[in-house]
This record gives sequence, structure tokens and C-alpha cells, in this order.
Amino acid sequence: MSVYTARLARSRPQGRRGRGYPVLAGFVLLALLMLAPFALVAMNALKTSADYAAHGPLAWPRSLSLDNLKTFWNLVDFSHVLLNSALISGAVAILAVLLSILNAYALGIGRVRGRTWIIVAFLIANLLPQEGLVYPLYYLAKQVGLYDTRTAVVIIFTVIQSAFGTYLLSSVLGAFPREILEAARIDGAGTWRILWRVVVPVSRPTLMVLLTFFFIWTWNEFLLPLVFLVSNQNQTVPVALGVAQGEHIVDVTMQAASGLLGILPAVAFFLVFQRTLTRGVTVGAVK
Amino acid sequence: MTVAGTAGPAQAAPPDIAARDARRRRGRRRERGYPLYLIPGAALFLAVIAVPFGMNVWISLNRWQGVGPMTWTGLANYRRLFADSVFWSSFWHNVLLVVAMAVVPTALGLVIAAALFDYLGKKFGPRTASVIRACIYLPQVMPLAVMGVVWGWILAPEGGALNSALRDVGLASLAHDWLGDPKTALYSVMAVLVWIQIGFPLVVFMAGLQRIDPALYEAAELDGASWARRFRHVTVPQIRPEFYVVLLMCTIAALKAFAPIYVLTRGGPGFSTDIPSYFSYQNFFEKTQVGYGAATATVLAVITLIITAVFITVQFRHQDEEG
Repeated sequence: MSVYTARLARSRPQGRRGRGYPVLAGFVLLALLMLAPFALVAMNALKTSADYAAHGPLAWPRSLSLDNLKTFWNLVDFSHVLLNSALISGAVAILAVLLSILNAYALGIGRVRGRTWIIVAFLIANLLPQEGLVYPLYYLAKQVGLYDTRTAVVIIFTVIQSAFGTYLLSSVLGAFPREILEAARIDGAGTWRILWRVVVPVSRPTLMVLLTFFFIWTWNEFLLPLVFLVSNQNQTVPVALGVAQGEHIVDVTMQAASGLLGILPAVAFFLVFQRTLTRGVTVGAVK
Repeated sequence: MTVAGTAGPAQAAPPDIAARDARRRRGRRRERGYPLYLIPGAALFLAVIAVPFGMNVWISLNRWQGVGPMTWTGLANYRRLFADSVFWSSFWHNVLLVVAMAVVPTALGLVIAAALFDYLGKKFGPRTASVIRACIYLPQVMPLAVMGVVWGWILAPEGGALNSALRDVGLASLAHDWLGDPKTALYSVMAVLVWIQIGFPLVVFMAGLQRIDPALYEAAELDGASWARRFRHVTVPQIRPEFYVVLLMCTIAALKAFAPIYVLTRGGPGFSTDIPSYFSYQNFFEKTQVGYGAATATVLAVITLIITAVFITVQFRHQDEEG
């Protein structure tokens, strides 16, 4: 690939780029269009309400002010909300990866009888609309005293995310080099030791992709957290923002401020995990 | 677990049979250990997916307010659902959301990916292409609900950025209550969803394009094939596996578009942006017609499974034709 591009670059005189500039300009414009909403929200979140009222949303802020961000932060107790999201998503990511490993070990390496159907069942579980599960889960959670707890949300998403993880990891482990397993077996390792000492270390890159994805997917979830986490002190970032949208906010500037608070953690994940994310999309799509 | 021990009793048999027996026994023994690893996964799968979904189907056959006794009504909820014009219009809105979240982004994503990879990347370097790709992908990592908050603010009738921009450029007559007018609400939501979704096909297609043998492009170029011809005869046929996966994933995402509807319009004004997903939520938690909501959710699940089955069948048939 790189050899090819290098050769192509050499064979192309610089002058031929010329015709490409209008196309480049078109793409830059498209990229700016995609970024414009983020820029607008950031710009207006840092304005005072008076500035916003006087000059509208498109004017550059006359002075930077954190007042609206602070007001919204305190209104929804945002530090608590962030902590909830981090705890729930972190716990789900770790538990769902563990569960995926156990399932995929039996299905991909153990080749348990009926594995095709079991994998299809997990795939269906992942595709099933959550609307078809939400009311019974809500009812059951109330029965066992887990309603309005973060634990309930962690358990449910651990299962939903691991359904995808099982599907993906089973096919990855299905292609696991048999010689390595055989060698470990001859050395006298049992299935449990082989799993933790051989399979997990070798599959680490895939597991890291799954961990990242589970974290972000869970962070972004809305319907189930909305139904389960009714009290303010249990809410996640998307739920706190989505609910506030209709309730306390009257001021447009504060709406921009709430948008910015929702965007910032996601931008942080994007920058930190960018490589894993794009690689992960590939892993998910090819199989 | 020693390998040598298993071969012991078969020593009298001819060597190849002995080896086969040993292998079979070892295989059986191997299988005996592994199902244990499925126990936690299976138990949780039953408790969180299988039993609740079964309960949902059961509830859909009853009249129930969520508390008190259930009344068995058989298929009455489904008969009512199929005669309910609000449900049918919500179903139709969802078809339009599939256009906005699956058809348009897949088509645009394919063209943009091919242009970035086969034109821009070659003329201005792969870094330029990947920066533009990252900009377009950014909305994909955001929570849908947060994107709803952002666009709700942009589209606000008074003080919203879009209307302000229109007034600034002298198009004040076009300024509009985008989400508040039943005529424009659904189209506005669709536009927002295209913006949100387009990064996903783009990233998958660009990753898929790296898989294609560069010799194919090189040969086409030497033959004097224009960009458009290379797109049609090299990119599209080669990218087909990704194409099906993307279209399927985006279609399913469109059926689950609860968050943007909840945040942007709550199904309104009137029922103009209602979709089955939100319709079932309303019946569950706002109208406490739990049986009716469960019937809607079951229909949604069945539609999802049918679409998945159709996609997978078509994909395999294409693979068979090619292989």
C-alpha cells in the first residue's frame, strides 16, 4: 500500500495537483459544516446571557464567561452525573469483556456442541430493540429492589454488550492458532490456565478494542438509563441533559452550555481512543 | 490433563485407529470442560434477555396497567395496533428515518469514501484524507441525546443559530420554527440524523478500501478509466461485503432512534414525528397501556429480525454467486 502511494506520488508531477484544489476546497467545506455545530455550541456556551440576547448566536463573544456553564453544572449536579456515567460505563466495559471472554472461549476454542445456534442467539440479543425488554426489566427490577440503582443498569448493559462481544470474539478465537493451544496442553496446562495465560494475552488487542467500544456505547445509551435512573443523583450524562432539555432550561445560552458539557467528555474519548475507534469499526464490520 | 494417559487403553489396536480413538476421546474430554464457561453467560442471558422478552410477548396478549391483575385478551392488542392510524403513521415516519439514517448516509458515505481514498488521498496525501474523515466521524462518538440537545438549540425558533444565520444573510422569510411546525419537524429531524450518521459508513468504507488490491486501481488508471468509472467498476463491486453490513447496522439504528426523537420533539408536534419506538415508550410509561406498548415493542422486534434475516440471506446469495 505505502509502496504504491509512494510510487504514485513520484510519478505525479506537483502541477497535476492543481485540478484537485476545487475538490479539496469542497471537502474542507464539508468538514467545516460537520464541525460548525460543535463550534457554535462552544462559542455560545462561553457568552453571558446578556451578550447572547444583544448580539445573537453568531457573534463572537464580547467577553468569556463561565457563568452559564457553572449554573448548569450546579443545576444538574454535573460532577455527580459525570461520576455516574464513568462508574457505570467503566464497570460495564470490564464486566462485559470478561463475560465475552468466557463465552467466546467455550464457543470459539472449545467448539461446544450447537455453537452456531448459541452464537446466533447472542447476535439476536444484541440486535433486539431494547423497547422489547424495557418494561419487563423495569418490572423485575422493582420486584428485586434494583429499580433506580446504577447496579441494575450495569447488569443489563453487561449482558447486552457482551452479546456483541461474544459474537465478535467467538469468530476471532475460532481462528486462534491451534499449535499454541496444543503446546500449552502438552505442558500440562488446564483449560482455566490456558485461558488466562495464553488466550487472553494473545488476544489483548481485540479485547482492548472491545473495552473501548463497550465503554463508549454504554456512555451514550439513553432509553434504559432514562427509565431506570429516575432520581437525579443516579443519572448519566445523556439522561441528565435529555431530561433537563424539557424541564429546567428556559435560557438559550444555558442550553448551549449544557450541550458543551455533554460534548466535552465525548471529545476527550475521541481524542484518546481515535486509533482504537477507527480500527474497532473495521473489526466490527468485516465479521 | 495429560495427553499421554488418554492413549493408554487403545494400545492393542492398530496405530491409526488407536490414534483416532485417542483423538476422539481427547476431543470429548475437551468438550466436557468447556461448557462450564458458558454458565455465567447463559444464566445472565436468560435473566436479562430471554425471560424479559418472553414476558414482553406474554404481556402483549393481555390488558394490563402495570399494576393489579392482567386480563387475557389474546390478539386484541395486535388487532387494535394494526387498525391504529397513529401507529401506522409512526411506522411510516420510521421508514423515512431509515432513508435518513441508512440509505442517504450509505450512498453519500460510499461516494465520499471513494473520493477521499482514490482522489484526495492520492493527490494531497493520506493525512489530509484522514483528518477530513475524523471531522466527519466526530458526531458518531457523541451520545445521540447530546446531539439532540445541540440541534434543538440550533433549530430553536427564537435565538437559534439557524434562524439567526438566515436573517443575517437576508433570508429572513425562510426563518422558521423548524421543529415546532408539523410540516417541517420530521424533515428537520431527518436532516439532523443524516449529519449524525454519515461518519459511520464513511469510516467503514474507507477501512474496506484499504483491503482492495491497489493493482486493480492501477490497472484501471492505466486503461484511462475516469474517477467515475473506477468508482463504478472497482470500488462498488469490491466494497460489497462492507456495504451490506453498513446498510443493516444503519437500518437497525434507525429503528432504535428513540433518543433523538425524545430530545428533539417528543414525537410532536401532534404525532408528526412519532415512531414505533417512542410510541411504545409512551404507552408503557405515560399512558400505562402496558399490554398495548408491549404489542408495539414485539412488532418492532419482529420487524428488526425479519430485516436482519433478509439482509443476511441476500448477502450470502451474492457471495455464492461470486464464489
